[in-house]
Amino acid sequence: MPEAFTAETLARLQFAFTVSFHIIFPAFSIGLASYLAVLNGLWLKTRDRTYLHLFDYWKKIFAVAFGMGVVSGIVMSYQFGTNWSVFSDKTGPVLGPLMAYEVLSAFFLEAGFLGIMLFGRERVGDGLHMFATAMVALGTLMSATWILSVNSWMQTPAGYGINDVGQFVPVDWWQIVFNPSFPYRLVHMVLAAYLTTAFVVAAVGALHILRHKDHKEARRQFSMAMWMAALVTPIQIFAGDAHGLNTLEYQPQKVMAMEGHYDSHPDGAPLILFGIPDPDAKEIRYAIEIPKLSSLILKHDLNAPMDGLDTIPDEDEPPVEIVFWSFRIMVGLGFAMLGIGVWSLWLRYRGRLYDTPWLLRAALVMGPSGFVAVLAGWITTEVGRQPFTVYNLLRTSDSLAPVAAPAVAASLIAFIVVYFLIFGAGTIYILLMMNKAPNTVRMGLRDGPVRAAGITPGTQMEPDMMGNRAAGGPRSEEAHSEATTADPRYAEDEVPDPPRRQTGHDDTPKGDR
Amino acid sequence: MDWLPELSFIWAGLIAFAVLTYVVLDGFDLGLGILFPFARSNRDRDLMMNSVAPVWDGNETWLVLGGGGLFAVFPLAYAVVLPALYMPITVMLLALVFRGVAFEYRWRAKRWRGVWDFSFFGGSLLATFTQGIALGALVQGIEVENRAYAGGWWDWLTPFSLFTGAALVAGYALLGATWLVMKTEGPLQSHMRDLAKLAGIALLAAIAIVSAWMPFLDASYYSAWFTGWSIGYVVLVPALVAACGLMLFRGLLRGRERTPFIAALGLFVTGFIGLGIGFYPNIVPPSLTIVEAAAPDESLAFTLVGAAVLIPLILCYTAYAYWVFRGKIDPDAGYH
Ligand code: HDD
Ligand code: HEM
Ligand code: HEM
Repeated sequence: MPEAFTAETLARLQFAFTVSFHIIFPAFSIGLASYLAVLNGLWLKTRDRTYLHLFDYWKKIFAVAFGMGVVSGIVMSYQFGTNWSVFSDKTGPVLGPLMAYEVLSAFFLEAGFLGIMLFGRERVGDGLHMFATAMVALGTLMSATWILSVNSWMQTPAGYGINDVGQFVPVDWWQIVFNPSFPYRLVHMVLAAYLTTAFVVAAVGALHILRHKDHKEARRQFSMAMWMAALVTPIQIFAGDAHGLNTLEYQPQKVMAMEGHYDSHPDGAPLILFGIPDPDAKEIRYAIEIPKLSSLILKHDLNAPMDGLDTIPDEDEPPVEIVFWSFRIMVGLGFAMLGIGVWSLWLRYRGRLYDTPWLLRAALVMGPSGFVAVLAGWITTEVGRQPFTVYNLLRTSDSLAPVAAPAVAASLIAFIVVYFLIFGAGTIYILLMMNKAPNTVRMGLRDGPVRAAGITPGTQMEPDMMGNRAAGGPRSEEAHSEATTADPRYAEDEVPDPPRRQTGHDDTPKGDR
Repeated sequence: MDWLPELSFIWAGLIAFAVLTYVVLDGFDLGLGILFPFARSNRDRDLMMNSVAPVWDGNETWLVLGGGGLFAVFPLAYAVVLPALYMPITVMLLALVFRGVAFEYRWRAKRWRGVWDFSFFGGSLLATFTQGIALGALVQGIEVENRAYAGGWWDWLTPFSLFTGAALVAGYALLGATWLVMKTEGPLQSHMRDLAKLAGIALLAAIAIVSAWMPFLDASYYSAWFTGWSIGYVVLVPALVAACGLMLFRGLLRGRERTPFIAALGLFVTGFIGLGIGFYPNIVPPSLTIVEAAAPDESLAFTLVGAAVLIPLILCYTAYAYWVFRGKIDPDAGYH
C-alpha cells in the first residue's frame, strides 16, 4: 500500500465520500417534502387536479430519493464509531444527545408517517393524509436542525467543559445547541435544500414545456419553481454573506483560505475573483483581483486591515486550493440562480414566462446546480476547518479509531463500488421518471406486457398504488374505474400529450382493469 | 446525589429496549427477505414485500436509535464496539443498502427486477448473518485497553460467532414466516407455515446450543446465570423457551394465524433477557461496565427528558401506522 494512504487519509476519504453521497439526498428530500406538503394542501384547498397530479408525480420520485437518503444516512451514523472512535468517545457526551434527539424527534417522525403519506390516502382519508404529509416535511426539517447543530458545534464549540479523561462534557445545553454558527448554518442549509429542489422542479417543468407547450402540470410547477428562484435566491445570498461574517469572527483561518489570502493586508485586502493557489509558494498565481473589495465586504471598510495565513502556524492551516475553488463554485452558482430568478420575473411581467425557449433551456441546464452548490458549500465548510474535527480543540489526526489501514481501504473500496452501483441505478430511475410527463400516472418501467397467472396488466405499477389495499379495505376507487379506463391518460403509462381537463378519474387509479 | 448512578441503568434498559425492538421489528422484515427465494411466483414475492413496504423504514430506525443512543449515553461503549466489529458492521451497512433500495427499485425496471429481488434477498441474509456475528463477537468479549479497542481486526471471526450468525438467520426466518402466516392466505400461507416449522426447529436447537456454549466462553456468564438472584430467573428461562416453543408448534399445527408470530416474538424476548442477565453489570463483556461507559449525568438526564416524552409518542404513532395497514393483504386487489 502506498505510503500516502495511511489509515487516517483513508478514513477521511471514506467519510468525505459517504457523507457527500448522503447529503445529496437530504438536500433534495428536505425541499421536496415541503413542496409535497404545499401541493397537497393546495389540492385540498382548491380541488384543482393539477396539484394532485403534481403531488402524485413528485411523491413517487420522493420515495426513491428518500430511500436512498435513509440507507446512506444509516451508514453515516455508524461511521463515527467505526472510523472515528476516539472522536466519538471524546465528543459523545455533547454530540451524542443531539443526535439521539435527531433520531427520536425526526427520523421516527419521517419513517412513521412516510408509509401513510405514500400508501394511505384511501385508508386514512384526506385530513389525516395531509397531516402525515406535513409530519414527513416537519421530520426532514427537524433532522436538518439537529444534525446542523451537531456540525456547527464542531465548528464553533460552546457550552462545554473537559473532564479528567479528556471528554468534552456538557455545561450549558442551550449554548451547545445554539452555538454561534448554528443559526447561520441552519438558515443557509435549509434555503439551499429549497433552492436545490426548486431548480430540479423547474428543470423538469421546463423539459416538458419544451416538449409540449401547453402542458398544464409542467407549467404550474415551472411557475412555482421560478417564484422560489426569484424570491429565495436573494435571501440565500444575503444569508451566505451573514454566514461568512460569522465565520470570519469564529474561524478566521477558514475565511483566509476561502479568500485566498496567503498574505496579510494591513491597509485593505483585495477580493480575488480568480487565480490559481500555489500552496508551496504560498501565493495565488495569475490572480484577477479587485483592490480593497474584500475588506469592504467582510469589514465594511475599504481600508480595514486583514490578516492572512502568514499569521497562522503552518500546522494549523486548512488546505487552501480546495476551499478556494469550492467557495467560488458555490458563489458563482448562487449568482447564476439569481440571474434565472430575475430573468423569470421580467418574463413573467411581460407575460412570456412559458414561451421563452432560452429561459426554459437555461432552467433545464441549471437543474443539477443546487446539488453542486450544496456539495461545494459543504466542502468549503468541512475542508476549511481542517486540521481539526472540533475547532482548535481536537485534531483530525487525534480523532481516528485504532483501525488498520487495510481494513479501512477494503471498506472504502466496497463503499465506492456499492454506492456508484446502487445510487447510480437510483439516479437513472429518477431521471427516467422525470422524463415522463408530470401527469403520468404509472411510472413503473415496462418492457412489454407481463401476464403471469393472476397478474393484471398493472404489474408495473407503483407500490403506492398497491399499498392502498394492503388489508382489503373498502375499495372506494372501484367506482371510478370506468372513468379511469376511459381516460386515455391511463391507457399508456407514458402519455406525453398535452393535458386536458380531467374527466372524473380517481386520484390513485388502480391496476385492476 | 445518590439517585444519579441509576440514570445509567435506566439508559442501559432503554438501549436494550431499542435493540430488542429493532430485533423483533426488523427481524420479521429481514426474515421475509431471507424467505424471498422460497416464494413460488412473482406474485408471492410482491405480496411478501408489500406486507412490510409501509413500515420497514420505521423498523430500521430502531437500529439508528440503538447506535445513536449508544453514542449519546455510552460513548465509550460505542467507541470500542464499533472498531472491534469493523468488518461485520460495514458489511451489515452495505447489505442494508442493497435491501433498502430494493423496495423502490424493483418496481422500476422489468428487466432488472430479478437483480433487485436478489439484492433484497442477499441483502437481508447478509445483514442478518452479520448482525448475528456481531452479537456472537460481543458475547465472546471485546478487549479494551486505555479507553480503546485493543484487539485485531479479525478477532470477531470465531466458530461461536459464525454459529450465532447462522442462528439469527434461522430466528429472523421464523419471524418472517410467522408474520406471513398472519398476513397472507391460501397456498402462500401454508407454504410459510411449513417453512416456519423448519425455522422453529432450527432456532430452538440453536438456542439450546448457544446456552450450553456460553458458560464456557467466559466464567462470568456462568456466575451470572448460576449464582445470586438471577438463578431463579435462569430456571425460568428454559421453561419460558419451552412454553414459547410449544405455543409456536401448536399454533402452526392447528392453523392459528397470530399465535405463531406471538410465540416467535416470545422466543426472542426470552432469549434477549437471558443474554441481558449474562451481560450484567457489563455493557461490553468481559470488563467494561455500564457505569464506566456511561456519559456524564448531564448528558444522560438531558437525553432522558426527550426519551421519556418522545419514545411513548413514537410507540403510539408506530402502532397507529401498523393499525392503518392491518389485516390480510388482499391478493385479488390488483396487487402485483
Ligand atoms: C455531524 C457531523 C458532520 C456533518 C453534519 C458533516 N460532517 Fe463532514 N466531517 C465530519 C463531521 C461532519 C468529521 C467527523 O468531523 C470529519 C471526518 C474527518 C474529519 O476531518 O472531519 C468530516 C470530514 C469531512 C470531509 C473531509 C475533509 C478533509 O478531510 O479535508 C469532507 C469533504 C466532508 N466532511 C464533507 C461533508 C459534507 C459534504 C457534509 C454534508 C452533509 C458534511 N461533511 C457534514
Ligand atoms: C455526518 C452527518 C450525518 C449523519 C450521521 C446522518 C445520519 C442520518 C441517518 C441515520 C439517516 C436515516 C434516518 C432514517 O432511518 O430514517 C439520515 C437521513 C436524513 N438526513 Fe442525515 N445524517 C448526516 C448529515 C445530514 C445533514 C448535514 C443533513 C441536512 C442538513 C441531513 C438530513 C437528513 C434528512 C432530511 C434525512 C431523511 C432522509 C432523507 O431525506 O433522505 N443529514 N441521516
Ligand atoms: C452567492 C452567495 C453565497 C454566499 C456568499 C455563500 C456563503 C457561504 C459561506 C461563507 C459558507 C461557509 C460557512 C462556513 O463554513 O462557516 C457557505 C456554506 C454553504 N453554502 Fe453557501 N453561499 C452562497 C450561495 C449558496 C447557494 C446558492 C447554495 C446552495 C443552493 C449554498 C449552499 C451552501 C451549503 C450547503 C454550505 C455548507 C453548510 C453551511 O455551512 O451552511 N450556498 N456558504
